Amino acid sequence: MTGRLTLWWMIFRISLSERLVYRGDFILSTLIRFMPIITQVLLWTAVIGAGESDNIKGMDIGDIVAYYLLVTVARAFSSMPGLTHGIAGEIRDGQIKKYLIQPIDLIGFLLAKRIAHKLVYYMMATIPFGIVFFLFRDYFDGWPPMHVMLAYIASLGLAFCIGFFLEATFGFIAFWWLEVTSLMFMYMLMNFFFSGHMFPLDFLPDWLRNGFDCLPFQYMAYFPCAVFLERMTWEQTINGLWIGFAWAVFFFITTQLSFRFGVRRYSGFGG
Amino acid sequence: MSTSKAPYMSILATVARNSLIREMTFRVNFIAHSLSVMCWTSLQIIFYNLIFQFRDSIGKDTGWTKFPFFVFLGTVMIINSLMQTFFIPNMREFSEMIRQGNLDFVLLKPIDTQFLVTFTRIDWSSLANLILGICVIAYSLWQMAFTPQIVQFMLFPLYVIAGVSIYYSCMLMMSCVSIWMTRNQSLDQLWFYVTTFSRYPLEIYKGSLGLPIRWIFTTAIPILLVANVPARVLAKPLTADQFPLAIYSLVIACIGLYVSRKLFLASLNRYRSASS
Repeated sequence: MTGRLTLWWMIFRISLSERLVYRGDFILSTLIRFMPIITQVLLWTAVIGAGESDNIKGMDIGDIVAYYLLVTVARAFSSMPGLTHGIAGEIRDGQIKKYLIQPIDLIGFLLAKRIAHKLVYYMMATIPFGIVFFLFRDYFDGWPPMHVMLAYIASLGLAFCIGFFLEATFGFIAFWWLEVTSLMFMYMLMNFFFSGHMFPLDFLPDWLRNGFDCLPFQYMAYFPCAVFLERMTWEQTINGLWIGFAWAVFFFITTQLSFRFGVRRYSGFGG
Repeated sequence: MSTSKAPYMSILATVARNSLIREMTFRVNFIAHSLSVMCWTSLQIIFYNLIFQFRDSIGKDTGWTKFPFFVFLGTVMIINSLMQTFFIPNMREFSEMIRQGNLDFVLLKPIDTQFLVTFTRIDWSSLANLILGICVIAYSLWQMAFTPQIVQFMLFPLYVIAGVSIYYSCMLMMSCVSIWMTRNQSLDQLWFYVTTFSRYPLEIYKGSLGLPIRWIFTTAIPILLVANVPARVLAKPLTADQFPLAIYSLVIACIGLYVSRKLFLASLNRYRSASS
């Protein structure tokens, strides 16, 4: 057990060091990513200003701006840049066999590596996130109560788990398809729209909104934001957390199955 | 840098043919990419349709009601499609050529280097958005209460070309920075996010946050002119108050092409080969 913990700790530390090499470039690129928020603020200010009421479906400009800012936080947890392409690439060019012959669980290895990368991201991104949230602080009504904060943190954790296991499953599909670029692009499009990344899902007509509830995407962006902004009752929040948990378990199983069955049909050649 | 005359149109036709042959070799990928590009654009259309469920216009008294705004959106699609088809992949490739030292092979060829760097390949699958943009504009004009005059239809392509020229000049100048910096990955990312500003009407840039952005992006980095000028030429009645911006846009396009050319030539003198 101690040996196993030392192994994971080593993987974690290597990933940390790897990520810290380009920290200057990283802070700059994180800050740049907030630029579209400015256009969203201006666009929605113009849209709301064009009507009689100061809100759309109960969301005023403050709520909308706060929503878009919180979406960037949720996406920082649920997005897994390079995960699918990394797995698919290693399957395609045969690199994956090095994991198969080593006494290490590939999914656990990828998870430890991703957690390390995310932790560095959060540490480094605190500065740009802090600057942007400070500049837009007037759009927030203050911190939510403690129990809501705890639910929010839990929803971010679920966003990470769903994002990780879902994208890892897509990566392992490469055991069958080899090239998953187009599949990933379609997934990213759907995710951008269905997760609430593009706009708050509250703006959708009710019949469509209810349909979105059956999909896992909203737990990767909309749900954490809605929890923080207290746009749902406590009962709905708890229900949402359970559904999010169920999706995380579902994608954990699909990751395990796709890996196990994928390895069976995989053929590695050469040294 | 060669100055000898070369049959440029013939070379361009060869590049176009070869790029098409290359893309047709991977037909499924070509179709998948075209569909993906169109899906992305369709999401934008759905998004703005949703906004117009709640409001009659983007901004109060701006004139950007639903169908004029969709003419604007169609114009953005057309310009972005032209940039993506002809210039963006080549400009990225140019930065990589500098980093890896492969620019040597381009410099040795008896043809204008800027021409060769600009038209290394054509990404035909990105033209899908051009077709979609034309369809969006055609449908919007059909639905609009106001019918543009023939002169507006004639001016529209001119201002689209001016817009593309402004974009191209900015991109070329930014790519030239690679020669000094060797690697400009953050700048590439910066360019992607900066151009998002050009996808919205000028009128939304107001107030203490919007006005400085409007000033910067109509003067220093004039990308706000790119889609705004051709779109309003077509979607709004031709009035005298449109002329200053329209003429300014043409002047900026000409200055941009001239300055970017000079900067390109100057930066080539700074190029140090990275190969052995």
